[in-house]
Amino acid sequence: LKISQRAREKDLRNLASNLPYEGLEKGKQPNRYFPGNAIKTTKYTLLLFIPMNLFEQFHRLANIYFVGLAILNFVPVVNAFQPEVALIPICVILCLTALKDAWEDFRRYQSDRKLNNTPCLIYSRKEKQFVERRWKDVRVGDFVRVVCNEIVPADLLLLHTSDPSGVCHIETSNLDGETNLKLRRTMSGLCISHPVFEPESFNSVVVCEKPNNNLNHFKCYAEKPDKEKVGAGIESLLLRGCTVRNTDHAVGFVVYAGHETKSMLNNNGPRYKRSKLERKLNINVFFCVILLFTMCLIGALGHFLWLQALPVVPPFLVPDSNGHLDSPSLSGFYMFFTMIILLQVLIPISLYVSIELVKIGQIFFITNDIDLYDEDTDSRVQCKALNITEDLGQIEYIFSDKTGTLTENKMVFRRCSIMGTEYPHKENGKPLSSCYSTFHWVSHSCSSSSQKIDPYLDFFLALAICNTVVVSMATAQRQRVSPGSLHRIFTFWQRKPKRNRTISEDSVTEGDDFNPPVKTEEPGDINGLQTCSLYAPSQCNMPATTSDNLSYEAESPDEAALVYAAKAYGFTLLARTHDSVTVRLPSGEDLVFEVLDTLTFDPIRKRMSILVRHPITKKFVLYTKGADYAIMELLGTPYAGIQKNIAADTQHHLDCYAKEGLRTLCFTKKIVSDKMYESWLVNRRRALAAIDNREELVMDTAVQLETNLSLLGATGIEDRLQESVPDTIVALREAGIQVWVLTGDKPETAVNIGYACRLLEDEDLVINMSTVFQLTCTSILDCTLEEVRRYSEDPRNVDTTQDISLVIDGRTLTMALSSDLQDRFVDLAKRCRSVLCCRVTPLQKSRVVKVVREKLKVMTLAVGDGANDVNMIQAADIGIGISGQEGMQAVMASDFAISRFRHLKKLLLVHGHWCYTRLANMIIYFFYKNVAYVNLLFWYQFFCGFSGTAMIDYWLMIFFNLFFTSVPPIMFGIMDNDVSAEMLLGVPELYRMGQGCNSISCYIFTHLGLFWFSTFWVSMLDAFYQSLVCFFIPYLAYQDSDIDVFTFGTPLNTISLFTILLHLSIEIKAWTVIHWVIILGSVVLYFIVTLAYSGLCITCNPPSNPYWILQSQMADPMFYLICILTTVVALLPRYHKCYPPCPFNVPLSVLQSSFFMN
Amino acid sequence: MVKEELANRPDNTAFTQQRLPAWQPMLSAGIVIPGFVIIGLAFIGIGVALFVTSQSIQLLELDYTGVEQTSPCFKCSDPNAKNCMCELTFSTDTLFKGPVFFYYGLSNYFQNYRSYGVSKDDDQLSGNLDNFKSPSDTCAPYEYDRNNKPFVPCGAVANSLFNDTFKLYQIVNGAKKVVPLDGKGISWWTDYNIKYRNPAVTPLKNAFNGTVKPLYWSKPAYELDPSDPANNGFINQDFLVWMRRAALPDFRKLYRRITDGDYAEGLPAGNYSLQIAYNYPVLSFEGRKKVVFSNVSWMGGKNEFLGIAYLVIGSLCVVMSVVMLIVYAKFKFPEEE
Repeated sequence: LKISQRAREKDLRNLASNLPYEGLEKGKQPNRYFPGNAIKTTKYTLLLFIPMNLFEQFHRLANIYFVGLAILNFVPVVNAFQPEVALIPICVILCLTALKDAWEDFRRYQSDRKLNNTPCLIYSRKEKQFVERRWKDVRVGDFVRVVCNEIVPADLLLLHTSDPSGVCHIETSNLDGETNLKLRRTMSGLCISHPVFEPESFNSVVVCEKPNNNLNHFKCYAEKPDKEKVGAGIESLLLRGCTVRNTDHAVGFVVYAGHETKSMLNNNGPRYKRSKLERKLNINVFFCVILLFTMCLIGALGHFLWLQALPVVPPFLVPDSNGHLDSPSLSGFYMFFTMIILLQVLIPISLYVSIELVKIGQIFFITNDIDLYDEDTDSRVQCKALNITEDLGQIEYIFSDKTGTLTENKMVFRRCSIMGTEYPHKENGKPLSSCYSTFHWVSHSCSSSSQKIDPYLDFFLALAICNTVVVSMATAQRQRVSPGSLHRIFTFWQRKPKRNRTISEDSVTEGDDFNPPVKTEEPGDINGLQTCSLYAPSQCNMPATTSDNLSYEAESPDEAALVYAAKAYGFTLLARTHDSVTVRLPSGEDLVFEVLDTLTFDPIRKRMSILVRHPITKKFVLYTKGADYAIMELLGTPYAGIQKNIAADTQHHLDCYAKEGLRTLCFTKKIVSDKMYESWLVNRRRALAAIDNREELVMDTAVQLETNLSLLGATGIEDRLQESVPDTIVALREAGIQVWVLTGDKPETAVNIGYACRLLEDEDLVINMSTVFQLTCTSILDCTLEEVRRYSEDPRNVDTTQDISLVIDGRTLTMALSSDLQDRFVDLAKRCRSVLCCRVTPLQKSRVVKVVREKLKVMTLAVGDGANDVNMIQAADIGIGISGQEGMQAVMASDFAISRFRHLKKLLLVHGHWCYTRLANMIIYFFYKNVAYVNLLFWYQFFCGFSGTAMIDYWLMIFFNLFFTSVPPIMFGIMDNDVSAEMLLGVPELYRMGQGCNSISCYIFTHLGLFWFSTFWVSMLDAFYQSLVCFFIPYLAYQDSDIDVFTFGTPLNTISLFTILLHLSIEIKAWTVIHWVIILGSVVLYFIVTLAYSGLCITCNPPSNPYWILQSQMADPMFYLICILTTVVALLPRYHKCYPPCPFNVPLSVLQSSFFMN
Repeated sequence: MVKEELANRPDNTAFTQQRLPAWQPMLSAGIVIPGFVIIGLAFIGIGVALFVTSQSIQLLELDYTGVEQTSPCFKCSDPNAKNCMCELTFSTDTLFKGPVFFYYGLSNYFQNYRSYGVSKDDDQLSGNLDNFKSPSDTCAPYEYDRNNKPFVPCGAVANSLFNDTFKLYQIVNGAKKVVPLDGKGISWWTDYNIKYRNPAVTPLKNAFNGTVKPLYWSKPAYELDPSDPANNGFINQDFLVWMRRAALPDFRKLYRRITDGDYAEGLPAGNYSLQIAYNYPVLSFEGRKKVVFSNVSWMGGKNEFLGIAYLVIGSLCVVMSVVMLIVYAKFKFPEEE
């Protein structure tokens, strides 16, 4: 056991093929230490369900408390009447929870069984072929064959595919929700016999790292018998749960199985976040415990004093069976526990259950809101975190990503600059002005023997080639043979929106009317740039191709836009395989470039390159594209002389593009000499085989090659703002929420978008912070802070509306967030109306969120759509994922997933407000209800010698909480509309009620009585007042009469019911049919149940014997007179609350009038 | 096809969109002020009726604990006195309108004490012979006597049965004329007819074989009223009245009604003498005993509180509506100008 433990814990694993050992017993298997592929996600086993589940449930402190109370009932000295009855509520709650858990576990068991028994193909040495087995039979070291559209059973190292070039496409939607195809290639250099793969000939040892949950990272190498090492990474790993597409079959070597697979390691269930309200709730529960103990102490002390004052033993004092009476002090001590039993209802046992029910109801309404539904993607809002709905109503800071969150992330190619000349490209414009330089084209591409390579040609070639776009035929694409139920089982986490990354051609297409290739000068243009419009070539000799059926699958929308743009100018990307890329030129000629290497994009280099061999010139050409600042510093001087001009012109164009809010990319080219290539290749191979620091080494090799680039041009891609983004931002800001935008874009682009979405206003004072020196940063911070302070303190500026906005770039941000400048930065940011952080990395995003959240102690919300927002989403109190163009990683990490940014407005302003006020009011009501009811019992103790007598039948007390008054608060918590949705959207200021008291407006809203704490105490006082009224009015009315104990209790119980329900009725702001039914139903239920109970129970339930009590009371007019008077007096302060200075109507009507006047 | 494509589209119903037609109680001055006036007036009306009714109820309370030495029952307050009788005289100036209810009252007596209330066996009292032999253990320590014979009826409540008896005389020309006291129907109908049952054994005495009478009782349950089998054993009215435990420590319980013969119209003005068989000790725990004569109305016994409370709350409502009217007039009307 220890050995296997050690084998699993080792940093590197040596895996050998199982085939030579087939049929041997388990002890001889080489990979016996590693777990099999059978999975078990169930929490419990059949036999141990009850103890394990109870253990689990007792982690909740409240459950222990209630069970402790129930046990206390069985202690003889506390004199509980029917200790069994006390067990009922806690048992009901434990059983309900256990049933829910059991059901969930059973569902998991079923899905496990189904998965484990899914058929798959494993190679068998005995039968010399792949034989059908079950998923659970797969072991590490096996060879598994997966056919097209089948799901991969374990993490496989890809060794062979049906594709001659050794690639295989997979779809990972089951894992991360991304529906685009991903390319995997076989482990190169393993000399796998082709076309038939012989697993038995595999004699290498695979050394791989310890299992981890990083879906985008894997490293291993295979050591051949001759000690040669071949490295492989994530690009050769087929992950469990992925679907093989577009590939007939693939064979892989199992490296991780079962629970060690990456998908299983990622499957750690929903996150548990505790809401702010829940934390406050615990304080209130604690307060109630103190109150309970105080009351019990008073009871115990009172009992002691009462006994002490008795001179002799009166006949009503009952001694124990020996005729002995306990001393007053001992009786007093016992009485403390009796009182706990009597008054235990003070801590509402049903509160936690009710809160969960209310949240389920709230989530139901959120997910069913048609305004939060997006027809384009057919997706609703998804609530992944079930218990933080009310936090939506208390947000003070929003951190938003830009691309894909504020913008569509549907890229449209807008303009380009080639060799320093600027050309516009009008999207969907009918007479399409295309940027195409005919002269150059005709003169050079046709005479391909020419040594001088035309930069225009190169530019478009780079556009078409330098990317990772996968070409798939529109007809062949995504045909699922049998989607079956397996897909459903695999989509554990989210309801996958129907979304396809494939960008339809017509978004960037040129149409059929080809204009003659004429170059025209257009004098009037936008930015004073010299512009020439060019027209698409007439292609008389355009062959009838299949290019119309082409469909591009890009990992980022920018790439797709570029490829479509290239296609629009005749450079059609026809096919891409592992080692070649085919481009059709405008002349109809197909060029096949041999791809020697792809230097993939990474966030540090911020560029990607592709190294190809030109089919005609046979030269090694490196095309690089990337962010301008990542390219400009690498430029060399091949086009000596003019190059500098070109660079300067292009930079000017780039700046203009950025000002227009376009996303910019630079394209370069480099001819690599044979010698240079050879030497580089050695380094490259070594880096790829490395197992330590592989990423860094690979990146280093890329940097080595990407030098001395010659600039071809730049592109400007437009990313349109999403619908109603400005509205939403303005509304959120009016709601008192500070909106920050954190983006990886250049400051110019970001500021431009900032103005476009009204994050920045024209009259704003924009502070730009950008520096490379720590000292400068400190001084800028200090100066600005000083200035801002002076500005805000200046009495002349009180009425001015000028606001301050801060724009800061990534480098400066790093310094500003360092521990010594943090406080100053936060102080400055707090005073700014909006903050724009540009060129920030994902880690910085989450750092900003964390710093603001911790320093300012505010509720934060982060919204983003891409993998780079995941950190930020997880760091914030509420993470919102936008299911957009960038895959599903943000959605997976989020608490709520929406499809458009504008949905945020209704989600926060309406649902957030509702959820918060509803839940807060319901919780307060719950405490009020219990205190008001239990205090009746407490006041009675003063008239029964503090002996713990209840004047209400025990069962009726339980029913009272369980049936008669439980549904109305839940309904209140789910359905109350204190303010209508239209009003909340129209008057965003109303949202401030939920936020903490940190602004002047809060002062006003505190008076609305919604501010949590004051409301809680007011409610507690109200509960005391009401219980006093409910007890003492009947007491005085029945004084000196012959009323008996339970007849006295009946009007009290009835009055409590009326008071408690009418109290709620006053709180309810809008009455629908459901409200009426539930409130009236509760009253009717009370009378029916109580009448039936007291009509049937003749000798049951001693000592109360409620027989015929309510009936006799209802025949007595005094009963009604007392009930009416008491209820009215008890609620008089509440009526008063509603008039004359009705806190709700007055400010609301003011707001309302201003709302409608606008 | 379209439907399938939008499979996730939420139902656009009033319920799911939270747009159910709702009634919003708008508490405008036009509703609240008249509302308060109406409620106030109604309350004042009820209050007046209650108050007048309560005022018309005659009440006569006579403490006979014998605390003061001048009290005729002082001699009986000595705990050692056995079978002590005392006589209380009182007079009425006017007719005490009938039917007159004759209560006994106890003060500082906690029939609502928790363990006292539990100490009884409802099954035994409903005539279950099994519980005669083995009473419920809730009766402890009044379950079995020293010889392990069960007490019937068991428990502290039955054991502490109030056992003073009263006889009322009108003194007419110096002679005592018995005022007939009616003991029928003074307990709850359901207690007498359903809840409490004698065992179906005749004679009743046989059912009690092998049991002993409660410790404090002078005679066994089957001899509570030997003259009337319908008032004997567990269905003895005095017993039933006692078993219905009082809610508050100062209480009264109905002893008899004066409904018969010459006194059907009430007690005429004159002198009366109340003969008391003083058995029940209360002085030791500072209790008080009293007799109460009262006539009743639809609202039960005399209670001025409820009428006054209605009057106060009703007036308060009217005053509040006037205040609101002033506030309304002051703040609302200038706005409209």
